[in-house]
Amino acid sequence: MTFALIIISALILGCAAVAMALRNLIHSALLLIGSWAGVAAFYLWAGAEFVAFAQILIYIGAISMVVLFAVLLTRQGDAPEPVEFPSLSRFVTGLIAGGGVAGVLIGAILGMPFDVRTAQSAPALSVKELGAQLMGPHAVSLLVIGLLLTVALLGAVLLASDRRPDQPEDTP
Amino acid sequence: MSPLQICLLLSSLLFCIGLVGVLSRGSAILVLLGVELMLNAANINFIAFWRYGPNPDAGTGIVFVLFSIAAAAAEAAVGFALVIAVYRHQRNIRLQEANRLKG
Repeated sequence: MTFALIIISALILGCAAVAMALRNLIHSALLLIGSWAGVAAFYLWAGAEFVAFAQILIYIGAISMVVLFAVLLTRQGDAPEPVEFPSLSRFVTGLIAGGGVAGVLIGAILGMPFDVRTAQSAPALSVKELGAQLMGPHAVSLLVIGLLLTVALLGAVLLASDRRPDQPEDTP
Repeated sequence: MSPLQICLLLSSLLFCIGLVGVLSRGSAILVLLGVELMLNAANINFIAFWRYGPNPDAGTGIVFVLFSIAAAAAEAAVGFALVIAVYRHQRNIRLQEANRLKG
């Protein structure tokens, strides 16, 4: 049980770290898809099947396509241009900041006596119960998040579209 | 070490990898991918505390993660649309050169 968790963690962290260090944007995006798949595997391990499949659908299916299209639409020329680090001092500063946050968080986690439920079996929560919760006590949140997605996607189309407001409607 | 602590360590390290990526990379796409990694780390925390929390049958953690994933999807769509808009203005996506508000 714990062994599987360690393997999944190594997959997630390895893919993410290599993706953040590479210079080729396409390779970074593909490695991050592997990392997101690892997160979906973690959700499956934890017993949250519905969230795992939502993660696969949304991250691996949708967001990865958006990322790849953004990479392809912003290329210059045919050869992929390597993305250099801006400067060494900025890289070192980022590493120090991230390492500091990691140190604080790991110290806090290891020093905290967690009083947790020790039952080994995953809690059984069926999709039917989840749907009842979404439609019952969380119905307003569901509507709000739907509205947010609609507005955000319309705004994304407006931002990315090439048409200026002063251009006539049927200019090719 | 309990499984909850391993989950929390995993999410902390993933958050910090995303943080280093956001702070040290110069490409707008990689910065947005770092933000996505940090959101994923937060979701891992939610699921871990739902799984090992005192009241796992409530399902609130799962519902919150679903909403969080939806918000992350909206953020990614708007973010990459902004990347494309920036590329149209300055013909590259280096954040160091994106310093004009109106261009």
